[in-house]
Amino acid sequence: MAATQVVRSEWTKIRSVASTVWTLSLAVVVTIALGMLISALSRSEFDSMSTRDRLSFDPTFISFAGMSLGQLAMIVFGVLVVSNEYSTGMIRASLAAVPKRGTFLFSKLAVATALALVVSMATSFAAFFLGQAMLGEHKASLGDEGVLRAVIGGGLYMTLIALFSMGVAAMLRSPMLSLGILMPFFFLISNILGNVDATKKVGRFLPDQAGSRIMQVVPPLDDDTPYGPWGGLGIMALWVAAAILGGYVLLKRRDAQ
Amino acid sequence: MIELEGLTKRYGEKVAVDDLTFTVRPGIVTGFLGPNGAGKSTTMRMILGLDHPTAGDVRIDGTHYDRLKDPLTYIGALLEAKGAHPGRSAYHHLLCLAQSNGIPTRRVHEVLDAVGLTAVARKKAKGFSLGMGQRLGIAAALLGDPRILMFDEPVNGLDPEGIHWIRTLMKSLAAQGRTVFVSSHLMSEMALTADHLVVIGQGRLLADTSMAEFIERNSRSWVRVRSPQRERLLDVLHQGGITAVESGDGALEVDGSKAEYVGELAARHRLVLHELSPQQASLEEAFMQLTAESVEYHAHTGPPGPPQQWGDGWKRG
Repeated sequence: MAATQVVRSEWTKIRSVASTVWTLSLAVVVTIALGMLISALSRSEFDSMSTRDRLSFDPTFISFAGMSLGQLAMIVFGVLVVSNEYSTGMIRASLAAVPKRGTFLFSKLAVATALALVVSMATSFAAFFLGQAMLGEHKASLGDEGVLRAVIGGGLYMTLIALFSMGVAAMLRSPMLSLGILMPFFFLISNILGNVDATKKVGRFLPDQAGSRIMQVVPPLDDDTPYGPWGGLGIMALWVAAAILGGYVLLKRRDAQ
Repeated sequence: MIELEGLTKRYGEKVAVDDLTFTVRPGIVTGFLGPNGAGKSTTMRMILGLDHPTAGDVRIDGTHYDRLKDPLTYIGALLEAKGAHPGRSAYHHLLCLAQSNGIPTRRVHEVLDAVGLTAVARKKAKGFSLGMGQRLGIAAALLGDPRILMFDEPVNGLDPEGIHWIRTLMKSLAAQGRTVFVSSHLMSEMALTADHLVVIGQGRLLADTSMAEFIERNSRSWVRVRSPQRERLLDVLHQGGITAVESGDGALEVDGSKAEYVGELAARHRLVLHELSPQQASLEEAFMQLTAESVEYHAHTGPPGPPQQWGDGWKRG
């Protein structure tokens, strides 16, 4: 069985369910709209900011503010792509058709990740340009140092979030369980752990805390983060690799229930 | 051909499938019979490589399932009616399965037509009735034009027309020389379709026999006689060299004699008969006897105990 056959099959699967369209559209709309809103608010507040805040004012990062919410839609996309197989019973037909479980899982992840990458990159660039338009005279431009890296990084960050969710869903199988863990984790728990002083040292090695570093162009003044933008993305990539490996090992060993 | 050798599946302490060895041959319909919970579905999932056996081996045409190149072209299976994404259309459901095995799109239209779903091919599976879901599952099984077909309880929940359709389909597939393996918990259903019978109970093999042999061995016939002159009838039968046993409800049962003979004997002695009927033990009974000890969930068939007099205590108090 050629992997290309399985990739074609997975592409048919992903484009023939409505959840693909609505989760990805939601990710695009929320990320861009919320980014624009917060950019506009930041512009009007700039004059009343302290000098300290003005020095660390990061127009690029502000335009990505919508990602904190938009990534939740990306998580739903990643979870549903994998766990739909289990919740619908389709997994039995899928694995009977493709008994090589590695080929099955990696073809599915390849197709979903490619789609997520295209959408995430487009979203990241759109969020940047529209956010800068809202920022007016405080805007950054794509040619400024580190800005292009941050914008491309934003697209990579969203893609990795989706891929991480796919790995977790492959391990947990149930969509409700996967979402029940991932949504509160990325929306609340990780932010708390990454910002509270007591847990900051550990918290900043969590996937989203480390990965979002790549979207920062102007680091905070008292920044003591022990990794750079690409280092942070690398830490996130390690988390993603671990989740996928876990999903693969469990899929390989478990009965297809 | 499907070959099972010592196939075993344990879930912790519980043995679901216990050392099954048998072969499913081409050209006939092989019935896979057992009470609910006997391990039929688990066995079928192991044949498809979905569940890993604890011990033993199963081969499709001499090869392990996961070694088959494009397995849908070797073996097609219907495991359950609701095995499709409810939001995906019947066409796309079949298309993605076809693409994974390099089966041309033309074939998707062919099988949709064969099962009569062409008109609803673009409709989402969530709107499908149980019967339509079953037809979609069968379309998926036929997709690769495989030499081996496996159906798990295919008539469950179908209307009479659907049941008839599936019976005819299975027979015609076998007549084309294909291997057809179909599970059921209903002996009566198997009697109508299967040529060969594999019976399991609590995961163990209880019988592996041709249908004809099973019927011959398990069909007891007798004559039931009822008469107001019971004692005289007993004498007459006895004199005629016939042993009769009481059936418990006042009637007599005569083994191994024809109803005609019993009737003529009674007429010669001017006896009044209220009933004279030839009886045949059903295959269902034979099957139930065979599996009696291995049924997992027994209904309480004995007479219920005397109702508890809970009211008495209340009165006394």
